[in-house]
Amino acid sequence: MTDATLHVFRGDKTGGDLRTYQVPVTEGMVVLDAIHYIQQHEDSTLACRWNCKAAKCGSCSAEVNGKPRLMCKTRLDQFMGSPVTVRPLAAFPLIKDLVTDVSWNYRVNQEIPPFTPARDDTGPWRMYPEDVDRMFEFRRCIECFLCQDVCHVLREHDGTSRYYGPRFMVRIAGLEMHPKDTVSRAHLLRGRGGIGFCNITKCCEEVCPEEIHITDNAIIPLKERVADEYFDPWRALLRAFRGRREPRGT
Amino acid sequence: MADQTASHSYAPEYPWWLQPIATVVILSAFALYSIWVAFQARGYVAPYLSPFYSPPVRVGAIPISPAWWVVWVPAGFRATCYYYRKAYYRSFFRDPVSCMIGESRRRYAGETAFPFILNNLHRFLLYLAIIVLAFLWRDTVAAFFFDGRFGVHLGSLVFLVNVVLLSGYTVGCHAFRHMVGGNLDCYSCARGGRVRYRLWQWVNPFNHQHAPWAWASLFSVAAADVYVRLLMAGVISDPKLF
Repeated sequence: MTDATLHVFRGDKTGGDLRTYQVPVTEGMVVLDAIHYIQQHEDSTLACRWNCKAAKCGSCSAEVNGKPRLMCKTRLDQFMGSPVTVRPLAAFPLIKDLVTDVSWNYRVNQEIPPFTPARDDTGPWRMYPEDVDRMFEFRRCIECFLCQDVCHVLREHDGTSRYYGPRFMVRIAGLEMHPKDTVSRAHLLRGRGGIGFCNITKCCEEVCPEEIHITDNAIIPLKERVADEYFDPWRALLRAFRGRREPRGT
Repeated sequence: MADQTASHSYAPEYPWWLQPIATVVILSAFALYSIWVAFQARGYVAPYLSPFYSPPVRVGAIPISPAWWVVWVPAGFRATCYYYRKAYYRSFFRDPVSCMIGESRRRYAGETAFPFILNNLHRFLLYLAIIVLAFLWRDTVAAFFFDGRFGVHLGSLVFLVNVVLLSGYTVGCHAFRHMVGGNLDCYSCARGGRVRYRLWQWVNPFNHQHAPWAWASLFSVAAADVYVRLLMAGVISDPKLF
């Protein structure tokens, strides 16, 4: 049994540094296992958020060797004996050690108008596969916020007051493309949602553990819908004559 | 040890600066070549018309190269393309140069202010690019006829490959995908919705490979033009294949 060297961030909002731990490696071990080993055998005060250990709850997000990852899905053997550095998500305020305050995301979520069917359309609804298959991908999101962490608008440009971030572009896309939803969120996207701040550099796609095509399938289609509303005089003319109709396609 | 805000140590499989530098070099070289080609004011040797000069437009007696009337369409189409936006934001503007690499520039407006807000007009350049593409298909058909008789020369195949790659790139455009069906919410209840759903599905594979199509078609346009220019200069002949 060999040992892995882990440099783990220890500290709180007042400051901190990396501390080094030696952890015996077993077959199939992931970074979260190593963190648990440290908690159990070396330092029980190490703070870390986790829940399912199956890459489905999105709790154990951290920056492993500088890349946002789920600790429970990151095997130690991929680093081939090199030291592994584990830091908290840098885009969010630090609470302690590897735990950050991600509550901003939940406040953003509340700003998004929820699914709103027509008042007189009470169901039961018959849903066709072609109408909902786009949304299955968006429903895979586990809210790990790795995409929010890697988004350079939020991370490098203090964008939390200007841009909702990739996670909520995915949520809005799922609502906007729903065949029974009647609310347009184009105004929200262009304003408070700040979709114009996204310059589609696709870092969010690179870190998504659910492999959601965040940019291609959510953000860009939303940008095109905003262009429909605000940058397309031809469509504006059509709307003026034919009246606004929601949802699209009915 | 460094604190939480220290520089990041994420290292991809290859050096992070390699892709931005390659992008800058290739796109800059192509832009310079395009400008040089446009200044040449000629790009035809029977039966091949350089893609930079198609369609051949002349406006009155204005003495400028015909290429200038056309070349801004594909140039604008590529400049506002979602894939190329990613490429040049990363490479030329370092916004960001690579994921998790810190940025030095603090002011950032993304696509909310001039000039990048103009990228929202991508769809209009798509419409014009489709017209240009139709002319390129006409030129490709013409490239298979020599003195009125059908034949296949090396140049015919160069033109065919070029127009196929350009078509794949255009069909995979995100704005095209939106136009053919992505803008619908309810395929089952829209007029022609199921046909548009199938169209949208057909476009998706092209869209998912938009970057390879974008690069391949960029090189093929240059290659087709180089072929025409080499023929014009008499440097090469145009071998007949069958």
